[in-house]
Formats: sequence, structure tokens, C-alpha cells
Amino acid sequence: MTHPFLFLQWLEGQLHTHVGEHVTYTWLVMLILITIAFAVSRGIKMVPGTLQNLMESVISGIEGLLVETMGPKGKAYFPLIATFALFILISNLIGLVPGLYPPTANLNTNAALALTVFAMTHIVGVKEHGFGYLKHFMGPVLALAPLVFVIEIIGHIARPLSLSLRLFGNMYGHEIVLMIFFALVPLFLPIPMMLMGVLVAFIQAFVFTLLAMIYIAGALEEAH
Amino acid sequence: MTFFAWCVLAAGLGMGLGSVGTGIGQGIAIRSACEGVARNPNASGKILTTMMIGLAMVESLAIYVFVVCMIILFANPFTAQVMELAGK
Repeated sequence: MTHPFLFLQWLEGQLHTHVGEHVTYTWLVMLILITIAFAVSRGIKMVPGTLQNLMESVISGIEGLLVETMGPKGKAYFPLIATFALFILISNLIGLVPGLYPPTANLNTNAALALTVFAMTHIVGVKEHGFGYLKHFMGPVLALAPLVFVIEIIGHIARPLSLSLRLFGNMYGHEIVLMIFFALVPLFLPIPMMLMGVLVAFIQAFVFTLLAMIYIAGALEEAH
Repeated sequence: MTFFAWCVLAAGLGMGLGSVGTGIGQGIAIRSACEGVARNPNASGKILTTMMIGLAMVESLAIYVFVVCMIILFANPFTAQVMELAGK
């Protein structure tokens, strides 16, 4: 129930390797991102050209959002957050090109991203507060600490689950809806759905990035 | 084979029931956002982003239902057992 023809999967079948489609298309997204980054960063000018203008506005937009959400302390995590944003956005968007498959429509890719956020949250917390990071899990009243601790642990485990499943469900659901519409009326019916797919791609990339920022900012702040 | 008929029924019904709650929730959120923009049109940009995040959060409930439905339909964990019992 995905695209009828996947270009890289065909190529991979010719080479007789056994790599999943999400891995090959992740490589494609990496290639696109690295090429753009290389092309822009080699030729930085005082008066920017078209591509440099675009990338500057994208980067400064992400940075503005980051500072707004996490405060000035969050600037250290800009590379991580910006990578999440760009990678997820490009991954979501290439699904709209015929013959390409969004890597984010596979749970493995999303689980990897969400677990990175999960690990990063706790690494940041321990680095920032040391042993006092445990206070984050204890709640305001010491008498209630055992109860709150269990609830907090469940809440923290639910975070990567909801992060990965939200992205997966949105992208995979969009793929399936597109395929069903394509099977029903192939001529013009999928076009409105694809327009909605552009919107979904942007919103989901935004939501994932924002939640990652909020989780890391939560680990950064002092326990109350 | 009635097992699989029930599975299809459960998936369809579950998706429908999940969408009802999500639809009501999103409707309430959008109503409040529209009221906010009508009262203070200058704040529309901020309200839009906040509403979008809220909508994505609410929507994730329907998405979970969708994932469960897809598991029931395409990756049912009991398929092997049921086929074995049917084969006997």
C-alpha cells in the first residue's frame, strides 16, 4: 500500500542488496541536504544570491523560534533542532514526488528520531543539574514523591512513543489515502489530497521540532 | 473466517469512533481561535501557530486510532494462530 513504483528500490533490486526503502530514501534525503549545505556554505557572499537568501531565511526562522521557545540557553542545541527540522521537512516533502517515498512514513525512522530526542533530553538534564536532575521527577511535595515518580516515568516513556507515532501515522495515512484516491479516480482526484499533503508535511515537521524543543527546555529549567 | 470479518468491522468502527471525539475537540479549538481572531485581528499570527500545534496534538489521538486500525487490518498479531486453528 505504498507507491506503485519506487525508483531507488528498483535500483536497489538491480544491485541485489537488501536494504529497506526507508534506508535508501533516508540516504537520498541526506544527499540532498548535504549537497545544499555544501553548495551554500562554499560560496557565502556579502550580497547573498537566491539560494543563500533562501537558506538564510530558513535558518534564521528556525533560530527565532528556538530562542522564543527555549530562551537564550537553548542556542547550544540549535544544530540538533535545525537538523531535525530540515531532515523531517525534506523527508515529508519528497513523498509528493512520484517514485519517491518519504522515509518518515516508516516507523523505524521516526523511532530513531524520537529516541534521539528522548536520550538528548536526559543527557541535557543530567549535564545541567547533575544529581539534582532527580528533583524533576519528584514533584513539589516530598510526601507524594513515590506516586509522582511513577507517573513521571510513564509520562517520559510515552513521549518518544507519541512523537514517533504522530509523525508515522500522519505520513503513512497520507500515503494510503493518496493510493486509495489514485485507485478510485486517477486523473484529478489526488491533487487536492496532495495539496493537503504539503500542509501536513510542514505542520508535522514544525510540531516535531517544537516538541523536541519543549522537551529539551523542560530538562534545562530548574525543578520547582 | 468470521474472525477477520470482525477485525474489519472493529477497524472501521474504531476509526469512526476515534474521529468523532477528535472532530469535536478540533471544532472547539477552531471555534475559540476564530473568536480570538475576531476580537483581536492583530494577534492572528500567534493564534494561528498556537492553534496549529493544538490541532496537531488533538489530531494525534485520531492518528493513534488509525495506527491501531492499520495493525488490525494489515499486521494482525493473531493471524497465524487463527489460521492454525482454522486449518485443524
